[in-house]
Parts: sequence; structure tokens; C-alpha cells
Amino acid sequence: MHLTSPEALKRLKSQLVRQRKENKSVITVCAGTGCVACGCAAVSAAFREALKENHLEEKVEIKTTGCHGFCERGPLVVMRPEGIFYQRVKPADAKQIVEKTIKQGKVIEKLLYRDPQTKQLLTYEKDIPFYNKQERLIFGMNGHMDPTSIQDYITLGGYQALGRVLVSVHPDEVIEEVKKSGLRGRGGGGFSTGRKWASCRQAEGEPKYIICNADEGDPGAFMDRSLLEGNPHAVVEGMIIGAYAIGSHDGYVYVRNEYPLAVKNLNIALAAAREYGLLGADILGSGFSFDITVSRGGGAFVCGESTALMASLEGKIGEPRAKYIHTVECGLWEKPSTLNNVETWANVPTIIEKGADWYRKIGTENSKGTKVFALTGKVNNTGLVEVPMGIPLREIIFDIGGGILDGRAFKAVQTGGPSGGCLPESALNLPVDFDTLTEAGSMMGSGGLIVMDDRTCMVDVAKYFIHFLLEESCGKCVPCREGLRQLHEMLEEISRGEGGVGTLDGIERLCSVMEQGSLCALGRSAPNPVMSTLRYFRDEYLAHLEAHRCPAGVCKALINYSVIEENCTGCVVCKRACPAEAITGEKNQVHKINSEICTRCGICLAVCKFDAILVE
Amino acid sequence: MTLPRAPLQQILTKYPPKESSLIMVLQDVQDAYRHLPLELLVEVAKALEVPKAKVIAVATFYKAFSLEPKGEVEIRVCRGTACHVRGGLLIMDEFKRLLGIEEGETTSDGKYTLEAVNCVGTCAMAPVVVVNDTYYGSMTVNKLNRILRATKSSKTADAAREETE
Ligand SMILES: Cc1cc2nc3c(=O)[nH]c(=O)nc-3n(C[C@H](O)[C@H](O)[C@H](O)COP(=O)(O)O)c2cc1C
Ligand code: FES
Repeated sequence: MHLTSPEALKRLKSQLVRQRKENKSVITVCAGTGCVACGCAAVSAAFREALKENHLEEKVEIKTTGCHGFCERGPLVVMRPEGIFYQRVKPADAKQIVEKTIKQGKVIEKLLYRDPQTKQLLTYEKDIPFYNKQERLIFGMNGHMDPTSIQDYITLGGYQALGRVLVSVHPDEVIEEVKKSGLRGRGGGGFSTGRKWASCRQAEGEPKYIICNADEGDPGAFMDRSLLEGNPHAVVEGMIIGAYAIGSHDGYVYVRNEYPLAVKNLNIALAAAREYGLLGADILGSGFSFDITVSRGGGAFVCGESTALMASLEGKIGEPRAKYIHTVECGLWEKPSTLNNVETWANVPTIIEKGADWYRKIGTENSKGTKVFALTGKVNNTGLVEVPMGIPLREIIFDIGGGILDGRAFKAVQTGGPSGGCLPESALNLPVDFDTLTEAGSMMGSGGLIVMDDRTCMVDVAKYFIHFLLEESCGKCVPCREGLRQLHEMLEEISRGEGGVGTLDGIERLCSVMEQGSLCALGRSAPNPVMSTLRYFRDEYLAHLEAHRCPAGVCKALINYSVIEENCTGCVVCKRACPAEAITGEKNQVHKINSEICTRCGICLAVCKFDAILVE
Repeated sequence: MTLPRAPLQQILTKYPPKESSLIMVLQDVQDAYRHLPLELLVEVAKALEVPKAKVIAVATFYKAFSLEPKGEVEIRVCRGTACHVRGGLLIMDEFKRLLGIEEGETTSDGKYTLEAVNCVGTCAMAPVVVVNDTYYGSMTVNKLNRILRATKSSKTADAAREETE
């Protein structure tokens, strides 16, 4: 099908909507990478089988969708139109769901979600606290469509914004609208998207390039992956609108190599968009042409940085350059280029469709709209959550996230990835927006929220990030390359309980040099994880340095493993598991750990079912 | 040892012969040959008209590339932040111990390669391990043993998963 005008697109949509109405019940099975990892493919297959057995293939549709966000509970199955929510569904459950829920309209209790707080069983998706506190502007479509079906996207109103823009809105007006919406880049920096577009439109030089940053290097963040996997057309539509506004005919998507499903679904989406006349030459008969090439990254964190990414697209090694001249003027192949993050692009169709005034109502004074966060770490409900800007961290972690795993104590939440910082309990009431997080010594970053409990050592976390950055630094400039090496060594020392309080002064001085002297934002923001933990958790550093203790029980040189005699049942599980053979004791008798031989690997703690291992 | 050239030739016809194709060509070569053999890099350089030194620079800069052949079973342990705070280190240490190799190495029989990756994007199920193309979430030491056992008898991914559940 090749659509040659926005009217044709509208007609197609009405036709699809009509078809859908008279349509049947739908079993939606989440097939994001998370649920794939729990074996959702077998679940879909089992449904197909069960429908066939009951001769219901014609009446009931199976839709494999992108990520719904509640990855902790996968594989997820939602029965529509009722919205019945089944979690942790196994292939063996499919038969029962078809026979009970579909044929008799009965709900299967054992597959329902139990609210950990009220202990109530919840039947419907909309009643689950994880979902009902969210505002799913960008992410909401994921659960309702098959990402490989362009018709699903069109049915839900997709590409209508593009159609309208192409025939009736001047590029300058598009840019004005985006500026007015207050949209800020979701990739980390939070730069005004409209202003970026305007500079690029005005810049001298042809051709101009549009680039989507899907490198998602922040470990612990996966919203870009889920968007590309679950709703690739929204990103594509955003890019086409941006291209029209800026006057570009060539687009690129730079995707992480670790995201094969995202690449696959994106390529399917691009091929479909071309077939429907929404991408390529003369889009919807408007005379405007634009196409997109997918480029797989090489697996380097620094390639998420704009100039390094562009070098990588050119086939070079991903080293950043100094940005005296901005990439909007001199970017890819030294031409004016606009780089935006996946989520930024996905916001564009919504803004155009609903208008800047509508969009501005969501969020805070200087941060508009919603933000998707990847909630992970020691929290009960891990997954992707989309919330309006300005919501307090506490609500995300405790209301949506359901609090800390195993009822332990909250210690810190890490935001902003390796360029961000760790925020303590006292910061939990801060509204989440770009400026507040920066003021608190962290940053929004791409939206990773990693929750840490009292068993997480802040010195270890700082060391972890510095080690990460040390490996990922491209090595071009000295402050970053050598600074990270020294920083890592000093943190190693602290984690062994060596060095004096002077070490902390040394760290602070070095951090300030790196902040000022590094070439790109990788080095300039590298001190954040260290400085933020020093700011909020200085006592913990001092405990390592002065008392030679690791209060969280993590730093191997400072801890000892022992058996809690009252709890030990003498089950010999730990004794068998200990690789160092440091555990002695007969069956049914209290065991003992020989701390001379013990390597502090932690396996006994991991395998003990009786909480009988003490680490201090 | 001379390597078959047909896959390389086929890869080279897929992309325009210019520098910007370099990374994509190398990725396909890596997939087809499980590593980047030096002799093929020379040919890639010629075909794309890029200096050899540049090809080597790119091949050694990016983590996706390896100049050494990878094992038949590629074990990638996530050491992203979410996995780190949920005990990913212990999983890595245990793989190292059981396979008798360090991060980035391949066992001498060419069976296993052990690698660390910075987040595979399934952080909600941390700690995560990817074995060839199969993801395993909520890893434990016990599950790890079962995975190794399953890969030893070269079972399919689904069978291996059934066994580890
Ligand atoms: C070291 C480093 C890594 C980055 N990684 C990413 C990334 O993975 N994804 C991303 O969208 N932006 C990343 N950024 C930010 C980009 O440089 C750029 O600001 C962003 O993609 C612009 O898009 P936006 O305005 O839509 O946010 C990174 C920046 C630095 C300095
Ligand atoms: S941190 Fe391990 S999958 Fe993301």
C-alpha cells in the first residue's frame, strides 16, 4: 500500500478503526527483551495451541507487544478489552486462561498480582499501583500494539501528526511549537530541543543531518531499548517531523550493538513506513523526501557523546572533539546536524498532535512533559515507569516501586548513570526534574534510577563507576585518562582501609581538575559519582579510613564471614558450595568458617536459606 | 590456515565501498568469522580504500570486535550498575572459577569465552547473563551451575532454560 496524501492516511485510519471495533478479544503477551528472557515466546506459542484446540483462532487475537514496563513480573499477559492482568504466566497456564477466562469469563486467581502492601489480589491492570501512579504519554501505546505492525500504530492515531504538518504547517511553525512546548533533551543534558532545531535550520551548509541517539550507554537504563522495540514508529515519526522542520533529507539511528531486537523491530518499521509512502521520496505526496539509515554501534560508552557518535557514524574511532563549534553547525561530515535522544524524538508526535499548550501543562516550571525511568536495583517493583516531571523521588521508589527489597532500609538512589550521583534519604522529597537533580549534585541523565539498600557500600559504588569510566575513557585527553586512573587507585586504597584522611582531600582536588580540564562531558562529569557520595556519605568513607570497617559489609579486605550459631541448621549446603573449602562442620551440627582460608566470595551467603551467615 | 573468502565477499557487496561502511562491515565479519582475522582486515582495508592502520585502529577501539577467535559458547556477564548492586560480581567470579579463565579469555579447548558487558538492557531482572543469544535473569550460583551443565551437553536454548527454571 502506498499512501499518496494525508487524506489517504486518514481514510486508512478510519477503515482500520472500524475493522477493529467489530473485532474480538485480544490476548496481549509482552515480548520485550525482559519478557523474552523469561520465556514469553513459549507462552505465545502455548496460547496459539490452546486457541486452536478450542477453535477460537478466528474469535480471539494474540498480540505480541513491546515492553509493558513491569518487567519484574514477566511474562505479562493482559486480556483486552477487559484489561485483566496476569503475571508470571507459564506456557502451561495458557490452556486454563483460554478455557476459563475467555470461554467462561472467569478470572484465574493464582495468576493475579497481589499488592504487597494491602495484600489484596488485583484483577485489572489499571488498579495496580505500579501502573496507576504513572502517566504514560510516550510509553502507553506499547502495551496496545504489535511493534512490527504499522497498521496497529496507524489505528492508534500514528502518523496523523506528520500528515498534518506536511500539508498545513510551515517548518518554522513546527519549530516554534516544539520550542513553546518546553521539551528538553532526554539524553542527559536537557538542552531545549526547539532551540537546537532552530540553530540547525539556520545553519549554513547542505545537506543537513538528523540523528537519533540510541546508544543508551548508561548501565542500568533501558527505556530507549524498550521504546525502539515496542514503539519504533513513534521515534521514526518524530524524526520525519524533525527533518521536515530542519530541512534535512538524511537521517541516522545509532543503536547499541547489544540491542538486536531493537535493531530488528526498527528495520521492520522503516521498511513498512517506506512501503506506506511515509518515508523515502515524496512523503504522502507532499514533495518532501527523507530517509533513515540504521547504524549499529561498536560498544563504546563514549560513542553516546555527540561528537564521538558522529565520528563513529563516519566509520572512525569514537573520539570526541572539542565543541568550540557546535554540531548543529558542523557535525556529521562537517555538516549541520541535529542529534536527539530516542525518547526526545518519541515526544515529538505527541506534542504536534496535542499541541504545545496541552503539553506544557504537564511537569514543572522548567521541565515539561513526562520522563521514563528505569527503576532497578534493590527495589520491589523493577521496571520502566513513566511519570510527570516534578514527582518526588519518594513516590517513584516507594509508591510505584513498592519499597525496598526484602524490607531492608533505603540508603541511596543513583540517578544519571556514570555521570550522575547518589542521593540519600534526605533528598527523597525533591521533585525530579533537570535542574533540581543537578543542584543536588546528581543529574537526570538518561533516566536510570538504581535503588541501593544498607548492604550497598558507597565507596564500592563510587569505585565501580570510576572503574567503568576508566575502561570507557577514550584516552584522548590527559585529565580524564590519567585522572580516572589515579582516582581509581585512591578509591581502591580506601576500600582496603589504607591511606589517611588526606586521601579525601587529594580526591577532591583531582576531581576539580578533571571537571575543569577534560575535553568532553565524560571526563567533566566523571567526578560526580565520587563527589556526590563524599558529599552525602562522608562517614562511610571515614569508617573505611579510620575504623577500617566497611559498614555495608562489601569491601573484601575489611570484612569477615562467620556463622550465626542460633540460625545454623547444619544443612551442609554452604560447606559444599564453598570453593575455598573454608567451612567445616558435620551434618546437623553448627558449621564454622575459617577466616584464614575464606576468600570472602560470598557464595555461602548466597546459598544459605536460614540467614545464618554474618558479614561484618 | 586460510579462511574461506566467500562470506567476506558477500559482506563487502552489501555496503558502499567507503569509510563510513567500515564499522558495519567489521561487525558482519565478526559475526561470520567469530573474530576479526588479520588477513581479512587487510582485504577490508583494500576494498573500502581505507588505510590499514585506520582499520586496525577501529578494530581495536570498539568492544564489539575481537582479534582472537571467540569460543563456541559465548558467556556474557552483565556488570552494569543494576546487576552490580544485585550481586553480579559474585556471578562473574563463579564463572571465572568454574571455567578456569579470566574475563575476556577463551578456554583452551575453544568451547567457552567469558566476557563482561556493560548492561544488556534487561536491568529489571538483574543480575543477568547472556549465553550466546539467550538471556538469563535473576541469576544465582545454582542457576549458573545448571546453565553450564546444559551448555556442556549442547542443548538448545529453550531446553536449557526449561532446565534452569
Ligand atoms: C559520555 C557521554 C555519553 C552519552 N551517552 C548518551 C546516550 O547513551 N544516549 C543519549 O541519548 N545521549 C547520550 N549522551 C548525551 C549526548 O551527548 C547528547 O547530549 C544527546 O544525545 C542529545 O540529545 P537530547 O538533546 O535529545 O538529549 C552522552 C553524553 C556523554 C558525554
Ligand atoms: S545493568 Fe545488567 S542488564 Fe542492565
